[in-house]
Amino acid sequence: MSDAAAPTREVTAFEGFARRGGLVLALLIAIALVALFAGGRFGMMLAVGLGFGIALEGLRFGFAGPWRAMILRREPAGILAQFLSIGIVSSVAIPLLAAHPGELTGAQAPIGWAMIGGAFVFGAAMQVVLGCGSGTLVNAGSGNPVGLLALPFFAIGSFAGAYHLIWWTDLGSLPIATLSGWQGLLVTWAALLLTAALFLRLGRPDARRIPRRLVIAAILLAALAIANLLIAGQPWGVVYGLGLWAAKGFTALGGDLSGSAFWSAPGTDRILQGSILTDYTSLTNIGLIAGAFVTAAWRNGGLSQKLPSYPIGAWLAVIVAGFLLGYSSRLAFGCNVGAFFSGISTGSLHGWVWFVAAFAGAFLGVRLRPMLGLEARQ
Amino acid sequence: MTRKFTASLAIAFLATLILFDQATAELNPYQAPPAFAFGSGLASAGGFCGALPQ
Repeated sequence: MSDAAAPTREVTAFEGFARRGGLVLALLIAIALVALFAGGRFGMMLAVGLGFGIALEGLRFGFAGPWRAMILRREPAGILAQFLSIGIVSSVAIPLLAAHPGELTGAQAPIGWAMIGGAFVFGAAMQVVLGCGSGTLVNAGSGNPVGLLALPFFAIGSFAGAYHLIWWTDLGSLPIATLSGWQGLLVTWAALLLTAALFLRLGRPDARRIPRRLVIAAILLAALAIANLLIAGQPWGVVYGLGLWAAKGFTALGGDLSGSAFWSAPGTDRILQGSILTDYTSLTNIGLIAGAFVTAAWRNGGLSQKLPSYPIGAWLAVIVAGFLLGYSSRLAFGCNVGAFFSGISTGSLHGWVWFVAAFAGAFLGVRLRPMLGLEARQ
Repeated sequence: MTRKFTASLAIAFLATLILFDQATAELNPYQAPPAFAFGSGLASAGGFCGALPQ
């Protein structure tokens, strides 16, 4: 080791320490400012969102990727980790919802034609961009250009889908059906175990073990989702907040929302007039993006990866798929987070129907992705 | 060009969004709800993607 090399390494270590210290300080200041100027509950919700972003990016836990791995390579570990996390949340959420009705609400929505079709389209679109509701935000925050481009169109699509929501639900839907109380919890556990067993059977024998990193991520996500429910009184969601951002932009540009039964409803109008720093899904969405950014910036060389080069048609496909992610998830009453993760874990039957329809759509999306120029054709 | 550029754009997007929000809506911490919905006795009233308009 030369004498000249030592000071250089020392400076590098100091720079790394300063960078990471600065990132932690920035997060703490952001949480404190929101708590101070908006209220303690909202500061805590930002902290929960940051936790989601850090856990998802830091431990590489996702939804779109594991579904793709199961379809293409019969690797079930990622999906099993999702079921583990949902199972943990359901163990707390379903009994609490039964004991505290009104104070706490689940992600409960009706099953209908538009809901099933929306989930199918969402499943296909999330394989095209390889990013789901949470994944698109995390990808954007960590500098993935596909996620970054899809994000604004996801928001516009969510706004448009909500604008037309009542027309779509009028096509036909069933009353809301839920699994509640201890019996509901037992049925949810049984359904999760049966589905996990099915994926284990369909999966490759050498790919059945869930890596430790995903087990830790599943437990962390479950803890954060339970915190989300206890603090906000509602489960973790994504797409409502994105649509709200676009709706605010629409009205700022002079747009009129009186023609939409959704956006002109008194409850929605109240939220629209307020700050996004008092909207739970907006706060967790901001936290997802910022948390992913901090995690990527924390790693040495985490943001030095070169940007990929795609043909122009692929970028256009990302724009269309981003819009469809937003539009379809409103018709489906949620994305992989609001419908699948939170729906099943709070006992909504629509979460199970969403999963079946979206997984079927994912088969189409996996085949569309190379055709649209987003990867080498197989 | 690296991810540093696109990640910075994502943070710039968030900063713009919050600045725009603060220019069009006001915050009042004195009207904030209790820290936890659980145990507050108040009905949940936040927007959610699974909810129909109220």
